[in-house]
Amino acid sequence: MATLVGKVRMGLVALLVSTLVALTAPSSAQQPNSVNPTASSVTEQQLLQQFKTIQGRGSIPDVKSYTIEQPAGRDWRHFHEVTLRWIGAVAIIGILALLVVFYLSRGMVRLKSGRSGVTIVRFNAFERFVHWMTASCFVILALSGLNITFGRPLLLPLMSPEAFTAFSEYAKYAHNYLSFPFTLGVVLIFFMWIAGNIPNRIDVQWLKRGGGIVGNDEPPAERFNAGQKMIYWIVVLGGTAIAVSGYALIFPFYGTNIEAMQGAEMAHAIIAMLFIAAMLGHIYIGTIGMEGAFEAMGTGTVDLNWAKEHHRLWLEQESTRTKAGRSQLRPAMRRGE
Amino acid sequence: MARMKFLCDADRCIECNACVTACKNENEVPWGMNRRRVVTINDGKPGERSVSMACMHCTDAPCQAVCPVDAFYTTADGVVLHSKDICIGCGYCFYACPFGAPQYPRVGNFGSRGKMDKCTYCAGGPEEDGSMAEYEKYGANRLAEGKLPLCAEMCSTKSLLAGDGDIIAAIYKERVVKRGYGSGAWGWSTAYRETITT
Repeated sequence: MATLVGKVRMGLVALLVSTLVALTAPSSAQQPNSVNPTASSVTEQQLLQQFKTIQGRGSIPDVKSYTIEQPAGRDWRHFHEVTLRWIGAVAIIGILALLVVFYLSRGMVRLKSGRSGVTIVRFNAFERFVHWMTASCFVILALSGLNITFGRPLLLPLMSPEAFTAFSEYAKYAHNYLSFPFTLGVVLIFFMWIAGNIPNRIDVQWLKRGGGIVGNDEPPAERFNAGQKMIYWIVVLGGTAIAVSGYALIFPFYGTNIEAMQGAEMAHAIIAMLFIAAMLGHIYIGTIGMEGAFEAMGTGTVDLNWAKEHHRLWLEQESTRTKAGRSQLRPAMRRGE
Repeated sequence: MARMKFLCDADRCIECNACVTACKNENEVPWGMNRRRVVTINDGKPGERSVSMACMHCTDAPCQAVCPVDAFYTTADGVVLHSKDICIGCGYCFYACPFGAPQYPRVGNFGSRGKMDKCTYCAGGPEEDGSMAEYEKYGANRLAEGKLPLCAEMCSTKSLLAGDGDIIAAIYKERVVKRGYGSGAWGWSTAYRETITT
């Protein structure tokens, strides 16, 4: 029995070996070099041309790590290093130069009829609080933001790297946290002053007559003239855009990918530079650019003659609106008395 | 001086993730962060390829260029390192990096980032070579001991190569000639502005 089983087994093995040899013979006759597994495989160049990025499937929870190559980072770098610095320098130094030239040639816009000594309420305490909350946040946000773009070439050479890091880290925290009161301020400004800031025909006339800034004309204006309306809409629209892009950056990759983050940063930075330039103009007119303007936001009251010269229609409205006519007017100390 | 580079031969990578594990262990990389990862492109389809990717230690590194506080430096070996004492965790290097290398520990609510962490080519940081302070912040400094990064040393198929750029390029070229194919050095044209002609 044992020998029979052995013979059968021998026969089976021989059959198996011969079949295997027969099967493998044709494939071994082929040239090994003709098998090219990369012919059908994905290639880096083709993927980059087609999709600009190379993505795949990974095995760790961090989804952004599935993008293994995004050469667009180099374009973003160029924007951050070159383009943005040019935009910022031209916008900010440009507006400062313009303001200096303007101040030297035009000087402060004076009150032609002097001070009457009687004042009228222009901005109440709540309006002033909202303005100064937004404004003080804006100044810190602007300086801490400019530090990210210009700090390394301008500030770092003046101090030790550790000191600059300590400063920049506090600046970053200030930038993140003060964004919340700033955004609240923009929202409040929108609702508080929207009524007086709808553009109308008076604004066209006001602009045509140089607004009392260029030249010596005194075009009539309501509570807000065309220039102030422009500032209002810059703050409301610019502030909204900067808040939206900024919160995309504060919450990184919350529903955004790398392209969206780069885009948000670029939008945030460009709008910020233009915003700062516009606010420098606003600060100029509100301080040294015009006599009697600062007190509107400082004490909340303006001189009657200032109102007559710059916001005649508003003064008329206020006078007719209040029954007594002069109930809102407050006698103030005359200068020199 | 050598110019250190990484080269991943995608035709050899079998997606075993040993490089990822070796890196995490050797450098004690914290939870939720990976200095190196393996990504499979066209997974499950014909012609799929896996690539192991970490910091490529670029020539003229974009991270170094955009850093607002100048935290990065490139060593004489061409390794791009950074100082965690200088980093402010702004996240800009991640936007600039073509390879998604920078990682940030979450230190607070929302998206607040801590000090950036990335592949150091197993070369530590600015602290004294082999010191405890260096190890705690940056992980191992194998390069100072005359060893190459552990990810490449561990690679079971020798797909991931580390070492002087000219030498690993020569090894790769020789392989391509011998086996008759090669899908190229992934990331080289972006990182080093050069490719290996095969």
